[in-house]
Amino acid sequence: MSISTADRDNYWRRTRSLMIFHLVIWFIFSFVVHWFASALNQVSVFDFPLGFYMAAQGSLIVFVVQLFAFVWQQDRIDRECGMAED
Amino acid sequence: MSMFEMKGSFIENLPKIYGLYTGGFILFILLMSVLEYFGLKADTIGILFVGFTIAIYAVIGWLSRTMQVDAYYVAGRQVPAVFNGMATAADWMSGASFVAMAGGIYAGGHAYLAFVVGWTGGYVLVAVLMAPYLRKFGCYTVPDFIGTRYGGNLARLLAVIVLVVASFTYVTAQINATGTIAARTLHVPFAVGVWFGLTGILLCSMLGGMRAVTWTQVAQYIVLIIAYLVPVIWMSNKQGFGVIPQLVYGDAVARIAELEVMHRVGELLPAEKVPYMSALTIKHAVASETALKAWQFVTLVACMMLGTASLPHVLMRYFTTPTVRDARASVAWSLFFIFLLYFTAPALATFTKLQVLDPNLTTSIIGKSVAQVQAIEWVRQWHSVDFVRIIDFNKDGILQVNEFFMRPDIVVLATPEIAGLPYVISGLVAAGGMAAAMSTADGLLLAIANALSHDLYYKMIDPKAETSRRLIVARVLLLAIGIAGAAAASFRLTGILGAVAWAFCFASSGLFFPLVLGIWWKRANRAGAIAGMAVGFSAGSWYLYMVHFAGMTPWLGIDHLRFGIIGMTASLIAMVVVTLLTPPPDAETQAMVDEIRIPKGRTYLEQSH
Repeated sequence: MSISTADRDNYWRRTRSLMIFHLVIWFIFSFVVHWFASALNQVSVFDFPLGFYMAAQGSLIVFVVQLFAFVWQQDRIDRECGMAED
Repeated sequence: MSMFEMKGSFIENLPKIYGLYTGGFILFILLMSVLEYFGLKADTIGILFVGFTIAIYAVIGWLSRTMQVDAYYVAGRQVPAVFNGMATAADWMSGASFVAMAGGIYAGGHAYLAFVVGWTGGYVLVAVLMAPYLRKFGCYTVPDFIGTRYGGNLARLLAVIVLVVASFTYVTAQINATGTIAARTLHVPFAVGVWFGLTGILLCSMLGGMRAVTWTQVAQYIVLIIAYLVPVIWMSNKQGFGVIPQLVYGDAVARIAELEVMHRVGELLPAEKVPYMSALTIKHAVASETALKAWQFVTLVACMMLGTASLPHVLMRYFTTPTVRDARASVAWSLFFIFLLYFTAPALATFTKLQVLDPNLTTSIIGKSVAQVQAIEWVRQWHSVDFVRIIDFNKDGILQVNEFFMRPDIVVLATPEIAGLPYVISGLVAAGGMAAAMSTADGLLLAIANALSHDLYYKMIDPKAETSRRLIVARVLLLAIGIAGAAAASFRLTGILGAVAWAFCFASSGLFFPLVLGIWWKRANRAGAIAGMAVGFSAGSWYLYMVHFAGMTPWLGIDHLRFGIIGMTASLIAMVVVTLLTPPPDAETQAMVDEIRIPKGRTYLEQSH
């Protein structure tokens, strides 16, 4: 293949940073938020107890939005690094 | 596939075809309501719903028949991202999601939401860590990736074993669910229902493999999502919460909290236990304050999420998209379509609970006289098949919250009757549950049969086998595994939700780290992967045996639903340690990893041929 090692490394560095960014968000909304569910339930949003809301809906919305953002961001990295499919 | 004579290719016409299909299905629902109005019996409506939808899936399966390897294993790699998203959503949402999840939340409250979080967030891992790279690799099956990345038949064989155990555990639960629904709507014994369900499942997948399963799964998604949303929106409307109940049921949650105080939920406990059934003793939205419960919540979430990213029947759906870019987009669409059902499940549980508890609603039962409740039609019906039980412990003739027992599994199926909706809705829900269980069973059976026919038979036993022979072997295996699954299901060894959780734990124990590290850690080698799979899978299985069957006290509250935590930890340690103690993989393997990391270019397997 004619792709240089430097180009590959650059592409992979950016891809990896994006991966870490998204896994941090994922970790917060998968685990951290629900660890404190009982405390969050003292607060209410849209008339829901917040801890319940996050598990029933909030985290899910974050995951969906984050994945569409990820697709868009990774696409941009592909194009800018010349690694996109033809 | 020439479904109708249309201009352009089948793929270009997909929106039109499925648009017509959806319209036709809605017309069918309206027709049934009209017939119900003119006195068609409830039983007949149920039979028509289930029969009509299965007949459509069978027709799609027949039209998608194929003798081409690429079409059979990966639907010709031409499924557009949005449609693959729908197919994945149907593949993913099983009897457990459709039938059992809302019931779990109804009975178990906040703790059960761990399933809702766990079964959605896993897709972040699939998109970010796995799907695009596996698509670029260009394999037919998940063990195909393990076998080529690490090299050698042992690694491939171990991957096949983990896949078979995880998927088989899962598929028996699905066949069990199809059998339950078929038995109830068609009024046949459960054992007959199971075989009826299996026939439907095989009709969809036998002739056309992945191609047939893809297009039936899209059709099944449409049925199941309509069937799930309609009753909830209907109930919400009736109770005055508007047409987008998911956004506004906060008031209903608050009202339940008031009613829980009034009915003394959590204070009044049943004087005796009833097997498989539960009375309401757990408050709906209250999260436990203890660290152990918080720990159990997050460990269950972790097992379900990492299991999601290891289950071959899900991962292989992303092998069917035309490009790597589409594979990524397709994961996002999958999660969106799954989200539509999952963020509705807690709303359904909430509205149903309100129907039962709120004395201002005519449907309420708690606080009424026992005789009055026993005369209610749905109580009578479900009581007669022993899914509901009433025991008046204090003999006051009034039904208290601790005196009404119900199998949580029936909440979704019974909700239309509980809420007093027309029978047509019950028929619709039965068809939806059937679609959910069948579509998942199809994906799982195909994953198992493909791994056995492609990895075990073609790659390891007879690499010179001709195409036609390979495809016949694949079909014979599909049939045999289906029969074995139905036979296992008719023993009803475990409940639906329990068996499903086990499948996730098996898959994550054996496959998560070998898959992820195979892509993200170039240094990972064959010995490490073999250790990771063997140690992880054995440790997980051993722990499950000790905790569930041998009576060992769980460590740190990690019970049988969460044994993946033990398996994954063992797998990670074994894989890293063994890899570091053995030489790095050769230059060719490292070049392969470089190649799958970039989207550009043809798939790795095409390049290397």
